[in-house]
Amino acid sequence: MTRFPAFLSRSRLTAVTALAVLIACAAYGAATSAAASKTARATSIRVVDYYASEPDKSIVGGVLNACGKSVGVKINRDAIPGPNLIQKVLQMASSHTLPDVLMLDNPDLQQFAQSGALTPLGNYGITAKGYQKGVVAASTYKGKLYGLQPITNSIALFYNKDLLAKAGVTPPTTWAELRADAKKLTSGSTYGFALSAPATYEGTWQFMPFMWSNGGDERNIATPQVAAALQLLVDLKSDGSMSASVVNWSQGDVDDQFKAGNAAMMVNGPWQFPVLNAVTSLHYGVVPIPVPKAGGVPVAPLGGETWTVPNTGNTAHEQLAAKVVRCINSDKNELLFGKKRQVVPTKLALLPQFVRANPALKAFSTVVRTARARTGELGANWPKAATKIYTAEQCALTGQGTPEKCLAQAQNG
Amino acid sequence: MADPRAAKAVVGVNTPTTARSAEAGFRGLSQARRQRMLELLFLLPAVAFLLVFFGYPIVENVVMGFERYTTSTFFTGHAPWAGLANYRAVLRSSVFTEAARNTLLFTVGSIVGQFTIGLGLALYFQRKFPLSGLLRSLLLLPWLIPLLAATTVWKWMLDADNGVINRLLVDVHLTANHPGAHPGWLTSPSLALVSVILVNIWIGIPFNATILYGGLRDIPEHLYEAAALDGATRWRAFRHITWPLMRPVVNVVLVLGVVYTLKVIDIILGLTGGGPANATQTIATQSYQLSFVQFDFGQGAAAGNILVVISLVFAVLYLRANRRAVTA
Repeated sequence: MTRFPAFLSRSRLTAVTALAVLIACAAYGAATSAAASKTARATSIRVVDYYASEPDKSIVGGVLNACGKSVGVKINRDAIPGPNLIQKVLQMASSHTLPDVLMLDNPDLQQFAQSGALTPLGNYGITAKGYQKGVVAASTYKGKLYGLQPITNSIALFYNKDLLAKAGVTPPTTWAELRADAKKLTSGSTYGFALSAPATYEGTWQFMPFMWSNGGDERNIATPQVAAALQLLVDLKSDGSMSASVVNWSQGDVDDQFKAGNAAMMVNGPWQFPVLNAVTSLHYGVVPIPVPKAGGVPVAPLGGETWTVPNTGNTAHEQLAAKVVRCINSDKNELLFGKKRQVVPTKLALLPQFVRANPALKAFSTVVRTARARTGELGANWPKAATKIYTAEQCALTGQGTPEKCLAQAQNG
Repeated sequence: MADPRAAKAVVGVNTPTTARSAEAGFRGLSQARRQRMLELLFLLPAVAFLLVFFGYPIVENVVMGFERYTTSTFFTGHAPWAGLANYRAVLRSSVFTEAARNTLLFTVGSIVGQFTIGLGLALYFQRKFPLSGLLRSLLLLPWLIPLLAATTVWKWMLDADNGVINRLLVDVHLTANHPGAHPGWLTSPSLALVSVILVNIWIGIPFNATILYGGLRDIPEHLYEAAALDGATRWRAFRHITWPLMRPVVNVVLVLGVVYTLKVIDIILGLTGGGPANATQTIATQSYQLSFVQFDFGQGAAAGNILVVISLVFAVLYLRANRRAVTA
């Protein structure tokens, strides 16, 4: 073992100490300068969203800059890729560096509002009059509005026109038709029907239209209504009309199957339009997801992102941020987002003119009118219910038990 | 120890009385104590590093396991004390038993597979043959590919309908050519865990083979020559020379293997996401799920701590085995 002798000089020790003090001072300096900037007049505000890939990145960036200009403030935008947004925002919350304007996926809003990290938009005189009911419910926590959502999306039934024509069927509108058509459309390596049912919230999201349209409710999933919805999917699988692999398919995987002609019909959303339109040989149409019985109302889940004003403690910034949020949600911007991003405006009065200008989104505009928010009932407790729903779906689709048994098991945790 | 000054310093420490008489009164400190302080100072960086990067996170994680730590905590900094509620919730959830069983099967299956194949390959490459060097480096490939890319490719290959593995099975007439008959490698609850273990074995082979190969190279050639003179055949040479001398290396490989395997989440998340129907859910994926999907960081930490304790048991076993090897 080597002993360290006495030649370590005191001067060297002093140098180390000095360095440590220097680092501490620098850290303190940075902290104080950050605090100082909080009281200064606001010339720029920070915006965080998750539109990190093109074309959405530029479309949203363009609107943000235009809004900044109209409010008279410079926008410093940070687009964080979707899966990392929440973790990044939690870090920002704990280090008190939340941005002035924060975009959240709508089912996440209530959890954040609950934590006190957001300010009620009523403080700035913002209301959600004229917005689709479910959209408002998703952005409301304990009776107060915390976010404003300019556009929404949902899921519907995509069908391959050529394959349906060949089999001589028209797009199904009821569950019975769906099952019969899917069977007729199944041949060779082509399945009649595909949806995404993985062990993630994506699986829950895709199951909601079946569960809700049949009167199922997330507060208790061990009911005959939910069991019947799950039974439909089990039947489609045991008929051979739907691949057993759906339990491992994301919505992107489902889209790949549809694109390749391996599925004649699929459940998916308008964000797939660009991918599908790129395949010139593919002719597809979109209709609302079939309902249990003719004349029923389809109830699909609402997607889309909501814009919030975090509680930064800096009133001047918060006021400006609220103006930017209001601007993002102007009629003009709702229509612009809808057209360019293939999504649906949330102000119902805008829908007729929107559908006239964008006929491809007709089915989705219909779906959105009656759609529901996932967090509308359970709020911050939605994630627990969503986990139960996909757990039961996986259990039934892999034959671990009957829908009734799987649902009861999942409901009891 | 060639430096005479250093040698003198050692003597100085060992015989404090001489040191004291020689350097007495130097700023009120004996040389021995000065020496002692300097030693401590040199320890400081290592201790600080351990405390900041290992001690703090572990203590924090243990504490978090006893708190109601949710998204709100990040903003308010307030996490109410929850006592054992998190552990109770984790242990009583219906998933936990299955996750614990899967963790055991996944770890044992992966280690047995990785180690046997790794050892086999290491022994094989011990012999020189044309292109052996090149082949040995190719063996490292699974290790060099980013895990996410590797799992994505495996997911494609294992796809029940269009995956290359089922296509192959159809071509050699091992399964019938209709989708219902294809084995659902990742979609059948009875097969998914096996598939995930197989992929993890594939990923772990390079690590095992490389370390074991290094261990084999350290065994002096003359032992084998001497054994050969005594008439020890291949198996007896392995049994009486290779295996005993490899013991320390084998210990390292196995214990590191167990600890690495216990905490695997990326491979499972990439292949199955813990599904279908929790068939591939392990304590590690469960912990991730609780913390970063459901944002119940308290319960996530509790599940993580259970895993840490299990790892710790193996680490202690490893240290004890090593000590025995050194003293023996």
